[in-house]
Amino acid sequence: MSGPGPAAWAPSATQRDRIDFRRHQARRSGLVAAASTVAVTAVAVLALTSSPGWPRVRQSFFDPDVALASLPAIAQGLWLNVRVMVGCAVVIVVVALALAVARTLRGPVFFPLRAFATGYIDIFRGLPLILVLLLVGFGLPGLRLQGIPASAVLLGSLALVLTYSAYVAEVFRAGIESVHPSQVAAARSLGLTRAQTMRTVVLPQAVRRVVPALLNDLVALSKDSGLISILGAIDAVRAAQIETSQYANFTPYVVAGVLFVALTIPLTRATDAIARRSGWSRSQGGLAGGAL
Amino acid sequence: MNRTRVLALAAASALALAACAPVDDGAEPAASASDGALATLADGRLTIGTSDPAFEPWIVDNDPTSGEGFESAVAYAVADQLGFAAGDVDWVTVTFDQIIAPGAKTFDVAINQVSISDERKQNLDFSSSYYDTAQAVVTLEGSPVAGATTLAELQGARIGAMVGTTSLQIAEDVIAPTTAVSPFNDNDQVKQALAAGLVDAIVVDLPTALYITAAELDGGVLVGQLPAGDNPDQFGLVLDKGSDLTAPVTEAVDALRADGTLAALEAQWLTDAAGAPVLE
Repeated sequence: MSGPGPAAWAPSATQRDRIDFRRHQARRSGLVAAASTVAVTAVAVLALTSSPGWPRVRQSFFDPDVALASLPAIAQGLWLNVRVMVGCAVVIVVVALALAVARTLRGPVFFPLRAFATGYIDIFRGLPLILVLLLVGFGLPGLRLQGIPASAVLLGSLALVLTYSAYVAEVFRAGIESVHPSQVAAARSLGLTRAQTMRTVVLPQAVRRVVPALLNDLVALSKDSGLISILGAIDAVRAAQIETSQYANFTPYVVAGVLFVALTIPLTRATDAIARRSGWSRSQGGLAGGAL
Repeated sequence: MNRTRVLALAAASALALAACAPVDDGAEPAASASDGALATLADGRLTIGTSDPAFEPWIVDNDPTSGEGFESAVAYAVADQLGFAAGDVDWVTVTFDQIIAPGAKTFDVAINQVSISDERKQNLDFSSSYYDTAQAVVTLEGSPVAGATTLAELQGARIGAMVGTTSLQIAEDVIAPTTAVSPFNDNDQVKQALAAGLVDAIVVDLPTALYITAAELDGGVLVGQLPAGDNPDQFGLVLDKGSDLTAPVTEAVDALRADGTLAALEAQWLTDAAGAPVLE
């Protein structure tokens, strides 16, 4: 790049016009978008604040003093939600994968295992979570057996695992069955055993394909982790409920809602980004696992 | 820019705004009661809210209309003071959250063992107290805390109470247990948790404690009352903040206290608390 080369490229008059026109258009769209946003917000705010009940609603739902006073208790409760969610998620994935694989086993000798997995999934996917929680939470310790935990958090987590592993097992099964039979045939013809085929050919593809569905269940789990409060655990929602009844003011519920959203939105975005970087989302295209 | 679409959007927004046009629910004409005295939700009728299920001894058999049970009886006595015959009283089911929600209420007054507190007074109106109670500790025979005579002996126990109640707050403050008090949705679940072994002891108000140890729990033991501290727990009738009925209802409760009706109803429905020692 030395020497007096030809003068730097300069756009032609037509190109300059084009650039100007585009810049003008862009500025115009920006202004219109801003004006429209301001107008819509103003109308919404006006409609809200001019309603006759607004002062009381604001006092009942958006009281900064109550919000501040209730924040520590709710944040502490949310920490329990996070721990329950993470712990359960790990166990759920393991149990669900085992169930899904058990359901796809072929051969008459595996019939009891298949039947058990199918029955388990049918039952726990059919039972409302809250019923499972009540039955496990109040029923199991009532048996007074040795080794049964009497902790609301452990019992609640057990109920969450029972219910969610049934859902997640079906997600895994859908992934496993989406792998084309020709892949299994090819792997077997190369001399891999059934177990090796499952482990090295089918499962990696199956798991990639169901990552979005798994994330969906994880977000649902993060919210349902609050249901263990009916067994006496103090999670974010229950902490908010306690504060709400103490002040006769709903602001703690709003605080809990904000905290939950603040927890799940970054979770979703982060996992989206990881999925994109690993090219998982593209593996959906084509039966050959995205190789096409 | 597509003009029809803009117009359609504008029209839709206008419709949406009209649909939620402000209606001031607080502006009901005050003098519309047919008897000319009180502005209640329904002319000439008094609507009272309570929870479902309602528990004994407050309301017998979960049927507030029977007049049986302390709160049902008090409600009818208050209604009578206000000039409503028993037939003019309607009952509605409400939760605590519905009681405290801003906006139109489904009841004129609510009676649901709601304790009067300064925090709650910010957002609710209360009548004067119709009952002062203490909180009591209940456990099962054979529990390590069954023979407890001091608060210190309860500190290591896992304690349960109903969420949002003074029982829960007082358990936290007075017993100050080493593990946080477990909150449950209602007193039924509190009892279940005790029976199932999820908690070692529970805290409920004294009349409830006397009732469940006598009638509901197998092997229930009333350990004792908790000291009330500076301000005893007082139950008040709940009204919407700024309700026109607050003053008349308070006058009615005061009159019932003055003429001995409340004491008589207490003696009739709430077992005498003399048998429960105070834990120090």
